[in-house]
Amino acid sequence: MTRPIYLDYSATTPVDPRVARKMIPFLSERFGNPASRSHAHGWDAEEAVELARGQVAQLVGADSKEIVWTSGATESNNLAIAGAARFHRDRGRHLITMTTEHKAVLDTMRHLEREGFAVTYLPPQPNGLLDLERFAAAIRPDTVLASVMHVNNEIGVIQDLTAIGNVCRSRGVLFHVDAAQATGKVAINLESLPVDLMSFSAHKTYGPKGIGALYVRRKPRVRIEALIHGGGHERGMRSGTLATHQIVGMGEAFRLAREEMAVDNERARALRDKLLAALSALDETYVNGDLEARVPHNLNMSFNFVEGESLMMAMKDIAVSSGSACTSASLEPSYVLRALGRPDELAHSSIRFSVGRFTTEADIDTAIAQVTRNVRKLRDLSPLWDMHLEGIDLSKVQWATH
Amino acid sequence: MAYSDKVLDHYENPRNVGSFDKNDPSVGTGMVGAPACGDVMKLHIKVREDGVIEEARFKTYGCGSAIASSSLVTEWLRGKTLDQAREIKNTDIAEELALPPVKIHCSVLAEDAIKAAIGDYLAKRASITPDDQ
Repeated sequence: MTRPIYLDYSATTPVDPRVARKMIPFLSERFGNPASRSHAHGWDAEEAVELARGQVAQLVGADSKEIVWTSGATESNNLAIAGAARFHRDRGRHLITMTTEHKAVLDTMRHLEREGFAVTYLPPQPNGLLDLERFAAAIRPDTVLASVMHVNNEIGVIQDLTAIGNVCRSRGVLFHVDAAQATGKVAINLESLPVDLMSFSAHKTYGPKGIGALYVRRKPRVRIEALIHGGGHERGMRSGTLATHQIVGMGEAFRLAREEMAVDNERARALRDKLLAALSALDETYVNGDLEARVPHNLNMSFNFVEGESLMMAMKDIAVSSGSACTSASLEPSYVLRALGRPDELAHSSIRFSVGRFTTEADIDTAIAQVTRNVRKLRDLSPLWDMHLEGIDLSKVQWATH
Repeated sequence: MAYSDKVLDHYENPRNVGSFDKNDPSVGTGMVGAPACGDVMKLHIKVREDGVIEEARFKTYGCGSAIASSSLVTEWLRGKTLDQAREIKNTDIAEELALPPVKIHCSVLAEDAIKAAIGDYLAKRASITPDDQ
């Protein structure tokens, strides 16, 4: 079976072969426990871990002492938000986030609500970006932390971290950023960014799955409570034997990201723009999220009057994601697209294309041909398309909702 | 999620796609679902004077299972009397297409479409030719 062309780099990326090569020796030959202080096996592993810590720190303009290894961005988000909220619970119990955050943030917030915290969930503007005035107005005297993602996983929009962070600084609120989708796509310099905590993932940036990191600012020092207790690894913030091979992989992946970001982004933008231009030529297509403040490799588009899952099914030769999750009786469309104020039918009709380091122009040509052909085919099958052609306003029709 | 061969077959080669003249008194229209829910089915039946369904046509906005469910019922409806058509149950459709539990609502929608089309046809007959009955 030939596998479909991969256009889902925002879901995960392949490990770069150069990264895999660096990782392999740490599985069998250089297997030591980095916490073993009494022999050369341990020292060797520790050296590799610290080299990688420096590589991660360097990509984001941090000091390596500010990087804590975790199992991935989900754990980093949990540790940052719950860890900071619990540490500062006597100072205040109010948290702020956005409705378009990743579930790792939203579900952590929900959990903290059950612990007695109050959470404000701010909707984005129709372009996906945070309304700064609304954000400032949401801050209360008891607000301890705000969490806003750097790059949205579905629509790829980039939030203005400097502006948001400055509001936080001026009001004494800790600022956490989920940057899982940002590394290697957006330049990050934590030396100048007003950010206190930042989550990273390796596998979105050509590193292995199962490894991530949390940036915890040292100047001024940010305090968090650990979630996982054990041997006091990672300066007590995250216990557990370090996964040396994974860490080495993340370090190498982030080193490559720093070196190749400019070239990667230029290529991705050219491919994305070609896809965008071709698909925009179809009638009734809409780009979801701001096109300017956006990472170059993402295109999220709604094909009106075509249901997303059937479109994905038709495009057997390309692997993409749909904002329609037609897998339950409730048929929930993407909560991110709904938060933008998109009507449900447009949310159901959305496809996310995300290109990457190994995408070729031929891949994009195939995608354009498949999407164009199948959108037309499914519209020929669609009663809504007929009604649209007859000039019927679908929003005025009395539907038998189920 | 993997689709059954029958769903794939109907999805790739949908049967009886299209419409009849909805103002024709021998045609019944069933339109069910809502765009906001992710599926809308439109079913047309053409009924002979003797009450037998001559042909059926469909158009569906929805996932592959919804398209397959409606395509399948257009095949099943042909040659059935209205009473026989009413006997088609969503469970029959789900079983024939091997729909997983999360897609059962597609078969429910197809059953609803049949009932709505029959209802529309009968209402039309009643209003146009009350003396013939």
